[in-house]
Amino acid sequence: MSQNENVLEISDLRTSFFIEGDEIKAVDGVTINVPKGKTVGVVGESGSGKSITSLSIMRLIQHPGEIVEGSISMNGEDLLSKSERQMQQLRGNQISMIFQEPMTSLNPVYTVGEQISEVYRIHQGLSKKEALTKSVEMLELVGIPSPKERIKQYPHELSGGMRQRVMIAIALACNPELLIADEPTTALDVTIQAQILELIKKLQSQLGMSVFLITHDLGVVAETCDYVAVMYAGKIVEYADVHSLFRSPKHPYTVGLMQSLPRHDIDQEELNVIEGNVPKPGNMPDGCRFAPRCPFASDICEKRLPDLDELENGNKVRCWIYSDEWDGKAEVNVVDDYKTAGNQ
Amino acid sequence: MTTKLLEINNLKQYFPIKGGIFGRTVNHVKAVDDVSFYVNEGETLSIVGESGCGKSTTGRAVLRLDDPTSGEITFQGDDLLALNKQQMRRKRKDLQIIFQDPYASINPRQTVRQILEEAMSIQKVLPKAERMDKIMELLDTVGLGSHQLDRFPHEFSGGQRQRIGIARALAVDPKFIVCDESVSALDVSIQAQVLNLLKQLQRDLNLTYLFIAHDLGVVRHISDRVAVMYLGKIVEIGEKKEIFDNPKHPYTKSLLSAIPVPDPSNQQERIHLKGDVPSPIDPPTGCRFHTRCPFATEKCKNEVPELRVTKDMTGTHQAACHHIEEIESGAKQPNY
Repeated sequence: MSQNENVLEISDLRTSFFIEGDEIKAVDGVTINVPKGKTVGVVGESGSGKSITSLSIMRLIQHPGEIVEGSISMNGEDLLSKSERQMQQLRGNQISMIFQEPMTSLNPVYTVGEQISEVYRIHQGLSKKEALTKSVEMLELVGIPSPKERIKQYPHELSGGMRQRVMIAIALACNPELLIADEPTTALDVTIQAQILELIKKLQSQLGMSVFLITHDLGVVAETCDYVAVMYAGKIVEYADVHSLFRSPKHPYTVGLMQSLPRHDIDQEELNVIEGNVPKPGNMPDGCRFAPRCPFASDICEKRLPDLDELENGNKVRCWIYSDEWDGKAEVNVVDDYKTAGNQ
Repeated sequence: MTTKLLEINNLKQYFPIKGGIFGRTVNHVKAVDDVSFYVNEGETLSIVGESGCGKSTTGRAVLRLDDPTSGEITFQGDDLLALNKQQMRRKRKDLQIIFQDPYASINPRQTVRQILEEAMSIQKVLPKAERMDKIMELLDTVGLGSHQLDRFPHEFSGGQRQRIGIARALAVDPKFIVCDESVSALDVSIQAQVLNLLKQLQRDLNLTYLFIAHDLGVVRHISDRVAVMYLGKIVEIGEKKEIFDNPKHPYTKSLLSAIPVPDPSNQQERIHLKGDVPSPIDPPTGCRFHTRCPFATEKCKNEVPELRVTKDMTGTHQAACHHIEEIESGAKQPNY
């Protein structure tokens, strides 16, 4: 992998919400890069900060939220120092975003055609007629049958899968370099999900764009991503290429997540569970944030937060087990020992 | 010897669509259209399918939360549709339901104690004096602490709230529970906790589940038998192992192949389906799947396939497709 060719570089991002004088750190020191033409996935459960990370990139964080620290740069340009006007130029042109719920992200009182052609008219200054022709082409590209009729319809006349295709058409209208997809298929049925994921992959290779994919579904990650960051309670706990992550997950949370997932392709007697709940954002543990739920947790885990350290193969993990300072049981194999450790 | 606890025959549920200036019924949504199945005592039968296939409607019809248009529902030999409202209410002591969204299905102004007590007093489960002990026992069973007894639902996390929903269903000592997408709203780590709890309760209390879900991973984990629904009809039903490892209906096959596998080195061939699920107001003639099926023929457009057994099926496995044999032997190739 050529590290120098990153479309997007995020370093040490901290996005907080200020509520009643307290700072709630939704994203706390996240560093992640998106290489050109690749798909980087962020997985995590509700409240892990994955969506806030994506909104921060688009600079769409609203009061009482605020990007407190860190830098986000695209092709070397600092996004955080841009004015709102400059950001508007960028959004839709170079970075686009698709959301989970296509019904709430489309405007119900405009036709599909009007909404797609708006993008062309604003960003490329095309005339109404040219923009409409382009819109029809775009709808065809995303696989909507009889696009000439469809552009005259309103969002409520389309099915969920069709709406998501329209969202993708709008997002890709100006050939963005980076597509941010925040749970793009979560609201869809599996057969439609398969169509949409296939479409995103196809368009990615045709248009050469990079994708930053937010999801909670490990299956979607395995199928679409090149690199994966696992987030827990506002921090990245593991970063790896997709094959290493699934073949030998390193962080106990990643292991727990994988072992608690019911699979349709193999039989499992009992599911392994991660005991307890995600910590409340205002009440984070002092040490490792996963320590209270971790079956391997030792003294050091409860006292000090581990760094996101690089492993020999270039992947990264935030866990004391892999450091010289580890004071727990020697020779831990997180994958095999997870269950036995959990039962103690 | 297995006994059939619940038997459903030719269940139909049509919802009227009102229209015109007189508000007359202009058409029907055929949510469930002629569905028959049974659930054995102590087993879990899952109904899977995509949105709008009628799986939740079927579950609700069993409890008569919506009165079915026609059909037969027999529970322990009693015809549920012949009962009047009061009798049905009493019957619900045996038949309970756990919903998808525990926040919407639990009264936010009641504490856990009130929620459980109300269920027991409506069904007159125990003499008042003994109810408190039972409540404590229930909390323990579902993994909540006695200190949480007087808390309100908003003080709990999603997983814990679902445990309250489970405790409420268990409060009346039911024999049969409909789980309507009961774990869909939960994060995986919490979902696993609740699934394990449901399995353990089934073993301990000899419960029978009708488990309604869209997640096939969850279904494989919890079920004994599985019914696959498409547009208001069961297209395939059978033992879990048969459905997952030996599916016969093209829809079941494509559904299984559409799920992303959490293993990047083991990606399988995918059967692509064209388009969307048609509207249940005016479902396709013949086999309802023919508009999306890569194997569809003239016959599929005209004749409704019945559930049937073919030679390499085992157990209670049945599928409703005209061309199972030709597809299996390779004589029919998909036409994309």
